[in-house]
Amino acid sequence: MSEESKPLGGEFLTTPFKVLAGFTVFAGLLVLIRYVLGIGAVANLSDGYPWGIWIAYDVVAGTAIACGGYSMAILVYVLNKGEYHPLVRPALLASMFGYTLAAASIFVDIGRYWQGYNMFLPWYANVNSVMLEVAVCIATYVMVLWIEFAPAFFEGMQKHKQHLPAFLTKWDVSGLQKIWSKVLFFFIAFGVLLPTMHQSSLGSLMLIAGKKLSPLWQTGFLPLLFLISAITMGYAIVIFESIFASVGFKRPIEMPLLSKLSGVMPPLIGIYLVIRFADVLIRGAIGAAFKLEVASLMFWVENALHVAALVYIAPAANRTKPRPMFLAAFFMLVAGLVYRFNAFIVGFNPGDNWSYFPSFGEIMITLGIISFEILAYLYIVKKFPVLPKAEHA
Amino acid sequence: MEIKRREFLKAAAAGGLLAASSAHPALARDPKVRTKDALGLLYDSTVCTGCKACVSACKEYNKMPQSSSSPEDPLWDNALDTDSRTYNIIKLYKDGTGAAKDREKDGHAYIKRQCMHCVDPACVSACPVSALKKRPSDGVVIYDKGACIGCRYCQVGCPFNIPKFEFEKTFPQVQKCQLCSHRLEKNEIPACAEFCPTGATVFGKVDDLMAEAKKRLQYKPGSSQVYPVERLGGKAVAERVVTPYLPKVYGEKDGGGTQVLYLAGVPFEKLGLPELEERSDAQRSETIQHTIYKGMIAPIVLLGGLVYVVHKNTKDHK
Repeated sequence: MSEESKPLGGEFLTTPFKVLAGFTVFAGLLVLIRYVLGIGAVANLSDGYPWGIWIAYDVVAGTAIACGGYSMAILVYVLNKGEYHPLVRPALLASMFGYTLAAASIFVDIGRYWQGYNMFLPWYANVNSVMLEVAVCIATYVMVLWIEFAPAFFEGMQKHKQHLPAFLTKWDVSGLQKIWSKVLFFFIAFGVLLPTMHQSSLGSLMLIAGKKLSPLWQTGFLPLLFLISAITMGYAIVIFESIFASVGFKRPIEMPLLSKLSGVMPPLIGIYLVIRFADVLIRGAIGAAFKLEVASLMFWVENALHVAALVYIAPAANRTKPRPMFLAAFFMLVAGLVYRFNAFIVGFNPGDNWSYFPSFGEIMITLGIISFEILAYLYIVKKFPVLPKAEHA
Repeated sequence: MEIKRREFLKAAAAGGLLAASSAHPALARDPKVRTKDALGLLYDSTVCTGCKACVSACKEYNKMPQSSSSPEDPLWDNALDTDSRTYNIIKLYKDGTGAAKDREKDGHAYIKRQCMHCVDPACVSACPVSALKKRPSDGVVIYDKGACIGCRYCQVGCPFNIPKFEFEKTFPQVQKCQLCSHRLEKNEIPACAEFCPTGATVFGKVDDLMAEAKKRLQYKPGSSQVYPVERLGGKAVAERVVTPYLPKVYGEKDGGGTQVLYLAGVPFEKLGLPELEERSDAQRSETIQHTIYKGMIAPIVLLGGLVYVVHKNTKDHK
């Protein structure tokens, strides 16, 4: 792997970086207000809608968008497609930040954060709770991701000292590298198991909501649909991010690799759509899709986005052109995002005239988290060997 | 296509199998049943006069602050629903002119809302840290703020929207009726039942409350009957002319059953009580989750397989 990746180098204090930093700082101030004055001071959350975009986006959709590392690991290490190696590191990096920020954002959302560690104390554990499985699994996976990505840090500290601050370059990590090379396979395997568990469980979370969740989303297939969707989003983000980074950093697009990779998407989206509609039809829930309400409309938007992704990526000819591939990846990411928003917010109706729309504060905090993720990504790819060497493309 | 679909599907299926098994009810968790000593309330909407003595007694004995629905007048306790300062509330159903009591059309009726102390509570199943527990001795659903992390999953799960959260506080907690468990300890009964002047709310063992409720359903409208006040088997009683009941005890089976039971003359859904299946959501959720994670066997087997395959493949790559 060491010959494939190279730091981009160059100035990191660019205009986009500064704008992103501005959003991050602003979100930081709002988070401060939330800690001093309470959640209600910045969020529109209520007893009817206890979960808003901080859960639906930051955690549920955010980790699905961060499934690139997981999906690539299935392909490269489980299905033994070594040729995709150059795409693994950038995918892992995005996954590492996506998951780390998702886990961190939970501490903005939970009300009694100072007792958050109770999640990990066995005497408090409720093994019947889907939330416990999700929390323990995500926390573990965050650590696994840092372990999986660590070789990029080690390599940077050994071979690309010119990009790094002095205190980092003095540290000899060759011993650690040896240890890592021996045990990494276990963490890669563990890193495939954990998302399989929690990405499906993120869907299972809503089972307990019973009739409060519209029959268009409430189904025993929630875990399976969430899992397939997350894996597909994983490939979509790898394609999206790779094309975006190539254009943004003015590098050649990794066409041959991405073309091949995008071939996995049509069957996945197809299987997902078959299960999705068969389930809704067999349960006799389709009637709910024809009501004059936002949830019905959003059901069609969600599935139209899946179909759009499929239409763009299914023809083999489209998989040789960056534009349709990029659009398909984009539609798939938005489709998965809308599916999660629908299952957690839009399709959720506690009754009694409760309503929810995210507040300015909630939106800005979420944007701040996304901004921080992107700016951290920008910094790391310039300083450490993450992106494939240009000539590789 | 370069990537072999079949191989890919195999991998998707490996993970999918785990989740897909959710569709099979073979390992279904048994439904939970009421224990013999379960305690609860019977609220009879036809008896209630809407005086709200229970609301005020609940506030007083649970030391809860006032809750105002109008910001201009914060001294006036007039919550519109249960909230983080209000465990118990009397709500009004009104249709058209509202003239006749306990009539669906052009009538009105009262409904008392508080924690239902479900037989198989969604909140207890949902809570990751066991902050909500069903007390084995009497089935009361109690809250431990020392355990609670404030994730609000209990709120997502509760079909009655009962757990309430202090969104306005820096250091918030969940608030809900605990059937005056602090009073039960002192051999007293829940304040709402003790201070109900009409006997609309009575306290007792759920088995006895169920028998009382079913007895009332047999009463002839217009006949005069003796209704217990405060608690079943106590000294206080009231004589009353029976008005028509709907032939259902809400809470007998709804949502897997509850320890708070309702009688009414107006359809329960009109009174704001959800129409629930007899199977609790907790049972459904736990059945699916436990099918996937039974003894952690599936995840361990899958991990074993993954470790083997990844080890082999990473060697190949070197």
